[in-house]
Amino acid sequence: MIELRDVKKAFNQGQHNEYWALSGISLTIEARRVTALRGPSGSGKTTLLTLIGCLARPTSGRVSLHGRDISGLPERFLTEIRRKTFGFVFQQFNLIKGLSAMENVMLPAYPTGRPHRELKQRAEALLDRLRLAHRRDARVEWLSGGEQQRVAIARALINDPEVLIADEPTANLDTALAKEFMAILESFGEEGRTVILTSHDPLVVESAAVNRVVDMRDGLIVEP
Amino acid sequence: MTVWFEKQRHLIDFTLASLIRRKGRNLGLLFVYTLLVFVLASVMLYTHALRHEAAVILEGSPEVLLQRLVAGRHDLIPPGYIERIGTVRGVQQIRGRLWGYYYDSVVKANYTFMVPEDGSVAKGTLVVGPALERERGLARDNGISFRAYSGQLFSFTVAAVLPQASELASADLILMNEGDFRAFFAYPAGHYTDVALSVANPKEVRNVANKLANLLPDSRPILREEVQRTYASVFDWREGIMLALLSAAILAFSILAWEKASGLSADEKREIGILKAIGWETGDVIRMKLWEGGLISLTAFLVGFVAAYLHVFRAGSPLFEPVLKGWAVLYPRFDLVPVIDGLQVATLFFFTVFPYMAAVLVPIWRAAVTDPDAVMRA
Repeated sequence: MIELRDVKKAFNQGQHNEYWALSGISLTIEARRVTALRGPSGSGKTTLLTLIGCLARPTSGRVSLHGRDISGLPERFLTEIRRKTFGFVFQQFNLIKGLSAMENVMLPAYPTGRPHRELKQRAEALLDRLRLAHRRDARVEWLSGGEQQRVAIARALINDPEVLIADEPTANLDTALAKEFMAILESFGEEGRTVILTSHDPLVVESAAVNRVVDMRDGLIVEP
Repeated sequence: MTVWFEKQRHLIDFTLASLIRRKGRNLGLLFVYTLLVFVLASVMLYTHALRHEAAVILEGSPEVLLQRLVAGRHDLIPPGYIERIGTVRGVQQIRGRLWGYYYDSVVKANYTFMVPEDGSVAKGTLVVGPALERERGLARDNGISFRAYSGQLFSFTVAAVLPQASELASADLILMNEGDFRAFFAYPAGHYTDVALSVANPKEVRNVANKLANLLPDSRPILREEVQRTYASVFDWREGIMLALLSAAILAFSILAWEKASGLSADEKREIGILKAIGWETGDVIRMKLWEGGLISLTAFLVGFVAAYLHVFRAGSPLFEPVLKGWAVLYPRFDLVPVIDGLQVATLFFFTVFPYMAAVLVPIWRAAVTDPDAVMRA
């Protein structure tokens, strides 16, 4: 489904603080599977996720989605692909403070112009599924860490994406909440959604819900 | 089209939610901005209405006034002049006018004494302007005495008070009988203060004025259009003075509004990053901020303009009155007829709303084009 060929990514290229986060990654990610990128801090996991999720373009190499090269597309097209194909769960959740859980969930769908009622129904269904229906009108800053993450997951699913991308999803959760997240992850796997996540948490990478673990170090994939 | 409308609706929903989230900042901004529009609109509405009022009054004034000069100073029109003016072709009506100034030491103000054209004021009576009614506590049938420049005391009865509607021109006016006027000012018989005349063909006014100047070289014809021009420049000058006085405040307000509008907080930048990461395009972010700027600036414009309208046309513009409305020592007190000039409103709109929108747009555009992966790396 997603294919990366000799992908490299540099930051501050040509400057004195030039830094190569990825030094040549070739990888194929299969559809309807849960793939975990594992590695120590600075190994390039998050950078790789941003390239896969069309948040950034590689410095060199190619990223293909369903056989179509998307690495050279202008930002507008990348945004459209990102919105339709990917849902994101960020490490810090990145919810917008001052807005309710419901409003946060609906946000990624605003640029689609879908009717308000339809959006609301979809958001309510997602919050209900994630056992947050009773907190729909609460401001996100009033929610617990676990609730905030479930709002972030609902937000990631509002546009019904094929791929869910989660960056260090359990980094800010205690063991009980991390297990709860893995249970949600398992349900996504069962319904045939593609999930790509980064983690160095054994609870995640050693979970039965994860179909494949890709090890990374110093911007390269480490073969087992 | 429906998709477009739905999208705008979502953007407006989000914008309103954002405005409410930053209540303190946005209310402060709205207040400053509204105040700025209020001040500018008040000056604009006031001077325009005043100019309009003066123009309406001057419409009824004579087309040509003839004054006699001695050593460059205004002097009386002697007998025989009116007959000579009657020989000039094109002159339709000629009327000798009687008017003069009188200083009343009781209220320390100058009055204008005048004999009305229709001679409607009976001997021994006066018709007084509204300012006199106020300052001297006069009412119909009251008696009042004035000591003439000759030292003699004259007593009159107030026959009527002039209507308030004409106050701009008649605040300090006193109308009296011709006989009384000549006796009070010791005016020689057959002499007049000046001569008012009308011209049959309005296009010939300037020609008639030239003929009069040639016929009576010691006299000066004054055309109505010249008076109108003088009045207009007086109001322009007053408006300029007012704006000059206010310019420092306006500048300070503008800088504050610009600073508030253009400064993006770290929170706002972070939010823009999140919106981009979850699938908003740069254009969506800019549109959302334009809605935000539009809502603030239009609200400020409407509220400021309506407040200025009420201030000028309902409350009598207490803030600017002393600078903008000085005619006589006795200030006229009147409600201006509401007159709004579309072009002026458009100009004010352009100079208040557009700079604000630009102030909003530039930093947002800069923030909106940042890479969406910044959120992941934060």
